[in-house]
Amino acid sequence: MAIRQCAIYGKGGIGKSTTTQNLVAALAEAQQKVMIVGCDPKADSTRLILHAKAQNTIMQLASEAGSVEDLELSDVLKAGYGGIRCVESGGPEPGVGCAGRGVITAINFLEEEGAYEEDLDFVFYDVLGDVVCGGFAMPIRENKAQEIYIVVSGEMMAMYAANNIAKGIVKYANSGKVRLAGLICNSRNTDREADLIEALAERLGTQMIHFVPRHNVVQRAEIRRMTVIEYDPTSPQADEYRQLAHKIVNNKKMVIPKPLTMDELEELLMEFGILDEEDTSIIGRTAAEEATIPIQAVA
Amino acid sequence: MLTQDEAQKLIQEVLAAYPPEAAEDRAKHLAVLDGESADGGGCGITANRKSLPGVMTIRGCAYAGSKGVVWGPIKDMIHISHGPVGCGQYSRAGRRNYYVGYTGVNTFGTMNFTSDFQEKDIVFGGDKKLAKLLDEANTLFPLNKGISVQSECPVGLIGDDIEAVAKKKSADLAKPVVPVRCEGFRGVSQSLGHHIANDTIRDYILDRPNAAFTGEAGPYDVAVIGDYNIGGDAWSSRILLEEMGLNVVAQWSGDGTLAELERTPKVRLNLVHCYRSMNYISRHMESKYGIPWLEYNFFGPTKIADSLRRIAAKFDARIQAGAEAVIAKYQPMADAITERFRPRLQGKRVMLYVGGLRPRHVIGAYEDLGMEVVGTGYEFGHNDDYERTQEELKNTTLIYDDATGYELERFVEQVRPDLIGSGIKEKYVFQKMGIPFRQMHSWDYSGPYHGYDGYAIFARDMDMTINNPCWKMMTPPWRQPGAEAA
Repeated sequence: MAIRQCAIYGKGGIGKSTTTQNLVAALAEAQQKVMIVGCDPKADSTRLILHAKAQNTIMQLASEAGSVEDLELSDVLKAGYGGIRCVESGGPEPGVGCAGRGVITAINFLEEEGAYEEDLDFVFYDVLGDVVCGGFAMPIRENKAQEIYIVVSGEMMAMYAANNIAKGIVKYANSGKVRLAGLICNSRNTDREADLIEALAERLGTQMIHFVPRHNVVQRAEIRRMTVIEYDPTSPQADEYRQLAHKIVNNKKMVIPKPLTMDELEELLMEFGILDEEDTSIIGRTAAEEATIPIQAVA
Repeated sequence: MLTQDEAQKLIQEVLAAYPPEAAEDRAKHLAVLDGESADGGGCGITANRKSLPGVMTIRGCAYAGSKGVVWGPIKDMIHISHGPVGCGQYSRAGRRNYYVGYTGVNTFGTMNFTSDFQEKDIVFGGDKKLAKLLDEANTLFPLNKGISVQSECPVGLIGDDIEAVAKKKSADLAKPVVPVRCEGFRGVSQSLGHHIANDTIRDYILDRPNAAFTGEAGPYDVAVIGDYNIGGDAWSSRILLEEMGLNVVAQWSGDGTLAELERTPKVRLNLVHCYRSMNYISRHMESKYGIPWLEYNFFGPTKIADSLRRIAAKFDARIQAGAEAVIAKYQPMADAITERFRPRLQGKRVMLYVGGLRPRHVIGAYEDLGMEVVGTGYEFGHNDDYERTQEELKNTTLIYDDATGYELERFVEQVRPDLIGSGIKEKYVFQKMGIPFRQMHSWDYSGPYHGYDGYAIFARDMDMTINNPCWKMMTPPWRQPGAEAA
């Protein structure tokens, strides 16, 4: 069977790396052969699998060796929990250089070195929160990842981000085979969160593939640099990740998303009471100006 | 001679080949000028605009304008091409700006210094490498007087803070280290590179605290601005200025030095040859130090004499007498040259397509030889260049701004001039069309062309090109008339 290549996108801080690693651990537990490609200069996409602080990255090793041509696959690929193969693209410190170019270089290297030719079932790309430039779109270009999962929560900005990512997918879907495969709701315990994400998914033409509830065990495992699957396999949270893994294995719903316009998205948020009706009378009015208006008028 | 109608028809013919939008745009860059109807309005030409996608433009980039033109010739400074190796290597020593000195010891003009960016420098940033490179260059070539950092495109894309590195290293090395943001993608041509380079000279050299020169200006101190000493042009110019009694204390930037740049704010008059590339700094010195500037033209005896008199008029009777003495001394030599070559060149028609100065400045020299310029245009001129061009035109002339490969070929096919003066990219196309060609950027391995000495060489070169017997051999023997019979 062909390797299924999946990319995980979502707003920064939403829990992409944690969700991805728990999901991948659940897949490995179910005898799936998986590789994780971290596409973030922070290089924290594989630490729970490797029990490491941060793996040596392709770009870091390439820089030390001289160039990426001087590296071997074995230098950069590390096996962790359940035989999961881990690699991090790496990149510069914040504020210098070009992290996007790092992602491009790293993925090209993996391809040229035949990292994808092994008997893999799944490859997961864990991508930096904001797709700020072409480099971070690399995993969905040129027929690399064909399934995109967006991690989202019921918070407004997370949903804005998800909608923007859907726009990016449309761009590449029209020229290649990349498809939106579903929203993963990583709960923040906001009101009517599951309903809201279901509604968003429906508008986008996709599905909420799973609702991952919030649980402290995730943090407890993370402090130990472990996934929940490994740290506490009997916990209900581990079962949630197993369910997510099971659904992804059987997922057939791949779509070209229909992103919402800004107005549509805001309507949806208002429908669920996340966003208030816009009060246009206050736009551009300073605090000093407001102070001159009688209190009743402001109210 | 071209008539107005013919020329207008030619332009319409060329425009007809473009899609409507492109034709509308290109129409603004093409014009016919009649010497008599000149109105001083800049030919109605639109200039200094983005080239059209899909056409073959002959323009360069901002890096070319800064590194190649303005900064590169400052011979006792090291100029680092910061970025991948190609920009520096393919522009190395290509501009024929002569200098004296021991290359690699106290001068560095024909050497290529580059940070040679690799993948890792893009990803992790090139600033650390730049800092190391500056130290290494200074250790290996301790007699350098300063270093400029010429940005190639990637530096701007990845946002390297070259200003911070330059500031630190300038303090460490106790020399000017000049960061130049001349990334090639900026602007529409090399012209913006000239401007950026001018601004960095202002900010990092003229405004530098403790700049070396503390003396006072002598009464006859002048600087030659915008002469790049192609084939020795500045040398054949400065001897005339010195003979008339002026004291040339700085050359910008052909065969120039850091000390000359630093001294220029103390001159009496800036003499500007290439207005396009150096007007910015000339205007700055005028407003900040009160130094007037004067455009002059040292191509051909008519313009030389006119320029010498205009320059002298800015000084006292002694200099004015000096200018007359210089003209009197060299005019017989110039007349002898004209007398010798004019009969061989009389009536020959020339089309020019050059950079930002020569499309107008060499017209007088051709006219001295009895030749006629029937078409001219700038790669990267601005409107003020076209205004200045109009004053030089006597007969009907085709004007083309940022001409495309197609336009030049069609114009030449129809006009069939006796000589084309343009650059290396155009040369072989037109020679294969059977038309004599001179490179008017580099003087074709010849020069100088400035000054009276330059006129002798200019006249000889035009003659040997136009009257070269090879042009009679373009038709192979079997196609010559009578070949059948033989």
